[in-house]
Amino acid sequence: MTELVDVRTPNPKNFFPGEDHDWELVIGLEVHAQVTSNAKLFSGSSTKFGNAQNSNVSLVDAAMPGMLPVINEECVRQAVKTGLGMNAKINKRSVFDRKNYFYPDLPQGYQISQLYHPIVGEGEITIQVGPDKQGNFESVDIGVERLHLEQDAGKSMHDQHPTMSFVDLNRSGVALMEIVSKPDIRSIDEAKAYVTKLRSIVRYLGTCDGNMDQGSMRADVNVSVRKPGGEFGTRCEIKNVNSIRFMGQAIEYEAKRQIDILEEGGSIDQETRLFDPVKGETRSMRSKEEAHDYRYFPDPDLLPLEFDDAYIEEIRAELPELPDVKRTRLMGEGLSEYDASILVSDKSYADYFEQVAEGRDAKIAANWVINDLLGAINKAGKDIEDSPVSAEQLGGIIDLIKNDTISGKIAKDLFEIVFNEGGDPPKIVEDRGMAQVTDTGAIESAVDEIIAANPDKVQQAIEKPAMIGWFVGQVMKATGGKANPQAVNKLLREKIGG
Amino acid sequence: MTDLTKLTISELREGFKAKSFTSLEATNAFIDAIDTSNETLNAYIVQTADIARERAAASDAKLAKGEGGALEGIPVGIKDLYATLDVHTQACSHILDGFQPRYESTVTQNMFDDGAVMLGKLNMDEFAMGSSNETSYYGPVTNPWKRVGEQTDNGTALVPGGSSGGSAAAVAADLCAAATASDTGGSIRQPAALTGTVGIKPTYGRCSRLGMVAFASSLDQAGPITKDVRDSAIMLGSMASSDPRDTTCVDMPVPDYEAAIGKSIKGMKIGIPKEYRLDGMPQEIEKLWEQGKAMLRDAGAEIVDISLPHTKYALPAYYIVAPAEASSNLARYDGVKYGLRVDGKNIEEMYENTRAEGFGEEVKRRVMIGTYVLSAGFYDAYYTRAQKVRTLIKRDFETVFDNGIDCILTPATPSAAFAIGDKEMAADPVKMYLNDVFTVTVNMAGLPGISVPAGLSDEGLPLGLQLIGKPFEEGTLFQAGTIIEEAAGRFNAPRWW
Repeated sequence: MTELVDVRTPNPKNFFPGEDHDWELVIGLEVHAQVTSNAKLFSGSSTKFGNAQNSNVSLVDAAMPGMLPVINEECVRQAVKTGLGMNAKINKRSVFDRKNYFYPDLPQGYQISQLYHPIVGEGEITIQVGPDKQGNFESVDIGVERLHLEQDAGKSMHDQHPTMSFVDLNRSGVALMEIVSKPDIRSIDEAKAYVTKLRSIVRYLGTCDGNMDQGSMRADVNVSVRKPGGEFGTRCEIKNVNSIRFMGQAIEYEAKRQIDILEEGGSIDQETRLFDPVKGETRSMRSKEEAHDYRYFPDPDLLPLEFDDAYIEEIRAELPELPDVKRTRLMGEGLSEYDASILVSDKSYADYFEQVAEGRDAKIAANWVINDLLGAINKAGKDIEDSPVSAEQLGGIIDLIKNDTISGKIAKDLFEIVFNEGGDPPKIVEDRGMAQVTDTGAIESAVDEIIAANPDKVQQAIEKPAMIGWFVGQVMKATGGKANPQAVNKLLREKIGG
Repeated sequence: MTDLTKLTISELREGFKAKSFTSLEATNAFIDAIDTSNETLNAYIVQTADIARERAAASDAKLAKGEGGALEGIPVGIKDLYATLDVHTQACSHILDGFQPRYESTVTQNMFDDGAVMLGKLNMDEFAMGSSNETSYYGPVTNPWKRVGEQTDNGTALVPGGSSGGSAAAVAADLCAAATASDTGGSIRQPAALTGTVGIKPTYGRCSRLGMVAFASSLDQAGPITKDVRDSAIMLGSMASSDPRDTTCVDMPVPDYEAAIGKSIKGMKIGIPKEYRLDGMPQEIEKLWEQGKAMLRDAGAEIVDISLPHTKYALPAYYIVAPAEASSNLARYDGVKYGLRVDGKNIEEMYENTRAEGFGEEVKRRVMIGTYVLSAGFYDAYYTRAQKVRTLIKRDFETVFDNGIDCILTPATPSAAFAIGDKEMAADPVKMYLNDVFTVTVNMAGLPGISVPAGLSDEGLPLGLQLIGKPFEEGTLFQAGTIIEEAAGRFNAPRWW
């Protein structure tokens, strides 16, 4: 294993307060990301989630005598693609090793993994921490140590029978990418931003669906504390954390636990711990002494994995635009860093936005997507993929403002109607008479009526031109909000002066 | 009428063609022979007479139409290591109790596709770990050969070698026309040598390992044991194939091995490695080796002294690599999914009880050795070094072949067959391991090796010579092996059983 190197400058905003001095967290993450593929890593069985128990199981997955693994090339492509997405070194030769241990949901008695020669070496992920109160983001580079391919295990079920445990092998042999960070993370926010960014990258690449609630992504979190900038402390590893929120809670609990021990003069035992989301605490799973000896050795059933530069370049050519590049591009198109960051944070947001912005003003499209659409969707607890307002419908609404059919205010009402009831925006506007009045004659008579009824206000407006706003409001009220505000303004200025 | 059980594959083939007899007649003759002899020899652990008669009849129908594959109607025995659909497959271990796979190994499928008729499953050392067939859960196999003057029921019963002891004994005792075997460190060639039969371990990757119960994956290879060299060529031609389901199996066409039989070896360069001349090697082995050289020289080959300097490290390195892989390969026998389960208070106890009861002593010994050499702190000292030795051994052979040597002649075993229950070997497992001293190098280098009977010991027991070839040049071994066979003659065990 490589020597641990500290590449960060301690930043007081990350410190944890202590009795005598502040504490700094050092965090490293091992993220297990399920490879998006139709078949398992070494067998032809389906990887479909939610199928009946033990229905996605081949003779290989069940470790029948004499059965042999055969590498699924699609999983190799996906791993290389993910490596390229992290600007990592792709190893043209890698080797599968066996990690030996006994467990009922591990039919072979070993997991095929890559210890000594992983498929992907060092890389880097740039995370955006924030926004802070000013809406600014801090960019931080987090080193990636490696990415390797390995098999998932099956699932033990202890609640199915009074005296027996059952095993479901549907997951057994499914391909995972284990992505190991360097110990470069210094705060809970950074850890969350790292996982968020990693998830975003694999989703952009289509190499992992990133669904943490289905177990497609989970993290082992290594936490230690130290005096700011001091020597690395002894770490504890929290296993199998399956949501970003839980990860934050687990790190916070673990950091406080370690700080308490150290401040009482104790020392940290290197151990593996489990996070209990119900109690919000971590508890010891096994100590260093109880750690397994996995007896890794190269799997003699599999040849080393070898490919050439052409193979890597072919995959590189397929890479989509990734979040960092997209954010820079969107900022170049006039979006603020805040807006661009929100939109690229999730591929589905960005896809939606780009559809809306196609042929329209990017800034206006961004405002609508971020403020109105995402707001409404979050409130309704929906995903953008099944948004009641399609990108096409939202684009239609924006077009109606643009061509002066409706005012911005009416547009908000229209959005709500489409969100709740659906329908074609221009048709709704027509059917419900929502189009704004651009007939100057009709507006002029309304203006004249208001002026005539309020001579005192007219006098005030002549002295204080800002009072024109009051008249605008009255005219809009009188026309049911449908008068074109520009036209109203223009007429009022002509008639009142100012 | 001729005793059909004494015929070779090629003779049976001719007889079928000439309609002198049918496959069903031959099959019935073997079934009768097994019924008569198996209680004494214990070569078969399961008989599949019904399946055999059914397949023989099907073969006869094809043969009648002038159709059929290379092994059409040939009655064969299958080592219990090969997965055979719905038929007992336990690698002769207690831990696989009751296991009948729902799949067929690639090798047996190839043979059945070619028309082979399966008579039953053959005894073997448990998980192919042993050199005497004494580690089988189903008891030892008795070699049909006994020492001169002891050829009675009461004479000292000898081992047939191992691990393919059942295969070798069945072929030698005419209980099948040919048998499948497997070789990890000598498990085809040593029993062939000890029973007067021919056995070839092909190049690693020539036969698919799919459906063979794994012992040591980087060393295991399928191969046949037969009555003569031609039969080995016919059998290997059927067993070998490419297989997309075994990535260590090569994607190369299978040559016509039989075409090599009878070709002249004039001008062929035969290497004689000086490192195979061991201290304390019995005089009769030395003599046999000299006779072999003479046979090949007389046929026009050039005999060349060569050196394979790392030979002495092969056996110790083998006994690190093979147990290491075995300790991992055998982890799947845990009582959870199939085979034997001995319950316990919790899962750990169930594992312990199952594996304690399910594995025999030799298997446990090797699992423990393998676990030890792979454990933290020992891995580099043992496993990594053994792999380096393996590279050196391979390089030794490459150098020799690069210098123009076509094949290498060595003794197959350091001695003739020994007694079942030999006290010295029982007391010291390393003595038993020494049986593989001439054969393991070939597995470590992944090369093909054939054992051909070449003479009798002073006690009247068969002895074999080994020919080692270049990768995927099995044809050369059949070619040169035929020369030895023709010069030495074939050896049949005098019947006492």
